[in-house]
Amino acid sequence: MSNTQAATSEKPVFYLTEEHHPENSTNLGFWIYLMSDCLMFAVLFATYAVLGRNYAAGPSPADLFDLKLVAINTAMLLFSSITYGFAMLRMEKSDKSGTLMWLGITGLFGLAFLAIELYEFHHLIQEGATPQRSAFLSAFFALVGTHGLHVTFGCIWLVTLMVQVAKYGLIEDNRRRLMCLSMFWHFLDVIWIGVFSLVYLVGVLG
Amino acid sequence: MSSHPHAPAHESAHNTHHAHSQGHEAAHGSFKSYMTGFILSVILTAIPFWLVMGDVLESRALTVGIIIIFGGIQMVVHMIYFLHMNTRSEGGWTMLAMIFTIIIVVIMLAGSMWVMHHLNTNMMPMSPEMMKNMP
Repeated sequence: MSNTQAATSEKPVFYLTEEHHPENSTNLGFWIYLMSDCLMFAVLFATYAVLGRNYAAGPSPADLFDLKLVAINTAMLLFSSITYGFAMLRMEKSDKSGTLMWLGITGLFGLAFLAIELYEFHHLIQEGATPQRSAFLSAFFALVGTHGLHVTFGCIWLVTLMVQVAKYGLIEDNRRRLMCLSMFWHFLDVIWIGVFSLVYLVGVLG
Repeated sequence: MSSHPHAPAHESAHNTHHAHSQGHEAAHGSFKSYMTGFILSVILTAIPFWLVMGDVLESRALTVGIIIIFGGIQMVVHMIYFLHMNTRSEGGWTMLAMIFTIIIVVIMLAGSMWVMHHLNTNMMPMSPEMMKNMP
């Protein structure tokens, strides 16, 4: 008799442990969003893969891309990823000023990335390599531009969170938000790996 | 089945949850794991750039293959060391979502390239005269 009672009283334990994860369900939800974003980028990659060689007698990647600039850009994004990691480590130590400092450095690297990318786009457009020029350039600007737009919104989000953390400290809500932005930021770096490998490096090889 | 045996069960559940979340925080990465990921990423980025910028290899196909393989490895490195992917987080649901996404992405990428390539190569050849007479 007491045995069966023990068995029934143990059952809700599993149920309760399942119910006790409000912050983790945000993480899972945000992960699902990132996966859907990944599908969107995959569509743009597929477009580039199909159209990337239709130059319409216009310039080819080997004529246009400056790999030194792309290497610097890649370094900027990689540095921003690791500094965001340091910000998360400071957050786990509940060190508010350290978190803010590393977030600030991350933001500067993000802005440097955007500045270099805008300079590159400006340079391309001045040379006449506009999105209207060929299917290759349309696909290129769509893919790389979408990534740049994501980084832009990531920077805006980062500044917003810095203000939040400065104002309210490292409360539970802000920790959750920082965790989501961390996933977003590292995810953008993963997408950039695909961009510099498949678009820039393979493109320049011809 | 009154609330009396329920209360300690709840408390123990709360305790295990707390212990779990402590373990979870630790799984979010340490200085060492971030640095490992960073150094691996630097190496995996530098080699493809060096191959292309230094014109190291004669064979184009081999260079492209190495770039794609290194890119793939670096994505996995980022997933593990920066995004802290593992089979345990969220009871495996993040991993499941990712596997599903990868399957869709592979089908879509391979499918589009395959279909579009065949459309291109199997198009009826057209001479300038035929082009002129087109409606």
